[in-house]
Amino acid sequence: MVLEKSIDIYKENISVREMIEKKRSKHSFSKMIEKMIPRFLLLIAAISVLTTLGILLTLLFETIEFFKDVSFISFFTGTILQPLGPNAEFGLLPLLTGTLISSGIAMLVAIPVGFMTAIYLSEYASERIKKVLKPVLEILAGIPTIVYGFFALTFVTPLLRSFIPALEPTNILSPGIVMGIMIIPMVASLSEDALSSVPDSMREGALAMGATKLEVTWKVVVPAAISGIIASFVLAISRAIGETMIVTIASGSSKNFTFDITQSMQTMTAYIVEVTGGDAPAGSTLYFSLYAVAMTLFVFTLLMNMLARYISRKFREEY
Amino acid sequence: MHYMNHTQVQKRMSTRLLKNYLAKLLFLLSTLFGLVVLAALIYRVVTQGVHWIDLDFLINRLSTDPKKAGILGAIAGTLWLMAVVAPITLIIGVGTAIYLEEYAKKGRFQRFIQINISNLSGVPSIVFGLLGLTVFVRGMELGAVILAGGLTMSLLVLPIVVVAAQEAICAVPQFLREASYGMGATKWQTILNIVIPAALPGILTGVILALSRAVGETAPLVVLGIPALLIPLPDGLFDKFTVLPLQIYYWTLDSALVAEYANLAGASIIVLLVILFLMNSLAILIRNKFQRRH
Repeated sequence: MVLEKSIDIYKENISVREMIEKKRSKHSFSKMIEKMIPRFLLLIAAISVLTTLGILLTLLFETIEFFKDVSFISFFTGTILQPLGPNAEFGLLPLLTGTLISSGIAMLVAIPVGFMTAIYLSEYASERIKKVLKPVLEILAGIPTIVYGFFALTFVTPLLRSFIPALEPTNILSPGIVMGIMIIPMVASLSEDALSSVPDSMREGALAMGATKLEVTWKVVVPAAISGIIASFVLAISRAIGETMIVTIASGSSKNFTFDITQSMQTMTAYIVEVTGGDAPAGSTLYFSLYAVAMTLFVFTLLMNMLARYISRKFREEY
Repeated sequence: MHYMNHTQVQKRMSTRLLKNYLAKLLFLLSTLFGLVVLAALIYRVVTQGVHWIDLDFLINRLSTDPKKAGILGAIAGTLWLMAVVAPITLIIGVGTAIYLEEYAKKGRFQRFIQINISNLSGVPSIVFGLLGLTVFVRGMELGAVILAGGLTMSLLVLPIVVVAAQEAICAVPQFLREASYGMGATKWQTILNIVIPAALPGILTGVILALSRAVGETAPLVVLGIPALLIPLPDGLFDKFTVLPLQIYYWTLDSALVAEYANLAGASIIVLLVILFLMNSLAILIRNKFQRRH
């Protein structure tokens, strides 16, 4: 009886050993998966890097082709943009002024309104009011730009023309303003994040010294959050520079070199839309000019984004 | 030593309080400005388009005749676009997020990818359009078909999904992972069976928000050369297509020629806004329903 049992255990031992062997072979398979998965995921994560590289390389190659036809200096200092016809000229300045003026107008709207909205939401509004107002701002931020374009052309322009009769049916003022309205939620929410991250102890300290709410906000909270606030302004400018549909619809396609905001102006983005829409034959200077303009746009916005990150990192207050 | 003059303090106090009050009013007014504009925008769109929305408008195909024109093709194109963008961004976005949060060593390389993603999210959409035109439409010779549009849009909205998925994965409490390791699960088993299910609501919210961005985006598709007037309905990845924002764009531009096109644009905007509203509501619903699970 005892012997039998020991034999049983002996048998069982063999089977356990087999089980271990089996387990090991299973294990090696799952070990392989464990090893492969990170590599596979790395490949997937590399897609975002490849996208950046793809953008850079396509823009770079075609831009180089462009500068074989048009000199670097005449592109960046030329005031005449006449892409079609035998005497084609490719001066960037009309597009550059259009872009900077429309972005400038947008900033005149978005920065003060967005900043003050952020202050209200962060410093004054009660939780209940916040719960109503923030979703409204989110809706404003979620409306497609094409809808803002429609709004600019069919509502804001006629409205402005009743005040400014000299305003042309397509002009840079109206899309500039509407672009500013579109960017308000972005400035408001980023600045509010910065303001809210200032600790309450700083506010309470100032309040205890007898400061009014405005003084607390203006002299304590805003200076403490200034890096985040300025970063939000810079990001807003970058967003305005890259905005396309509003200006394409409401500002027309005049390529005149002017500073008159009542007139039609073309931005860099709108130029790209117009030229691609017109089916530029591949290989022509016109076709390559698309990429040169896009490259300028890309570099501009990239620099802005890097600047914003630098500001918020470098000047962050440590509480 | 000067002591504070009581009357002077009181005089200054009243101006300080007045300033305080006026500032508060100003801040409130600028907050309400956004609300007023939103109301004006919706009013403008609704008065322009609401009378043009009927069943015929939804189920008719495009036409140059404003009275017969419908947006069935544009709606079909929008759905097709979503069908391409959703799986691609889900797989790539979640894969990237898992890599960054769970596998990558905190160091230069991880920071490089992170900065790269944040830079990508700042690139103007029209530049993505040129990338799509060069690589997908011309380079791969796909033409302006659904696949080319979907791939371009996927790259455009990818950063949104990655960031959302990263936040969701980051929010999964560490003790869940440790419990799983304690039971003998491997890293990948833990990620697959514990982390992803726990992070799923956040991930789905991100994907829906990314989709709603893709549905409303116009500029890259204009650059790809998506046609203005397309009568046949798309029924495959390699078919030409059009989407609602493009229809709105061309109708708005041509409203100078044919006045009724403005009404069609208004009606299409209402449909587009309703679709976006439904998608965002779904995202909020998912977020609220699963928010307090752990």
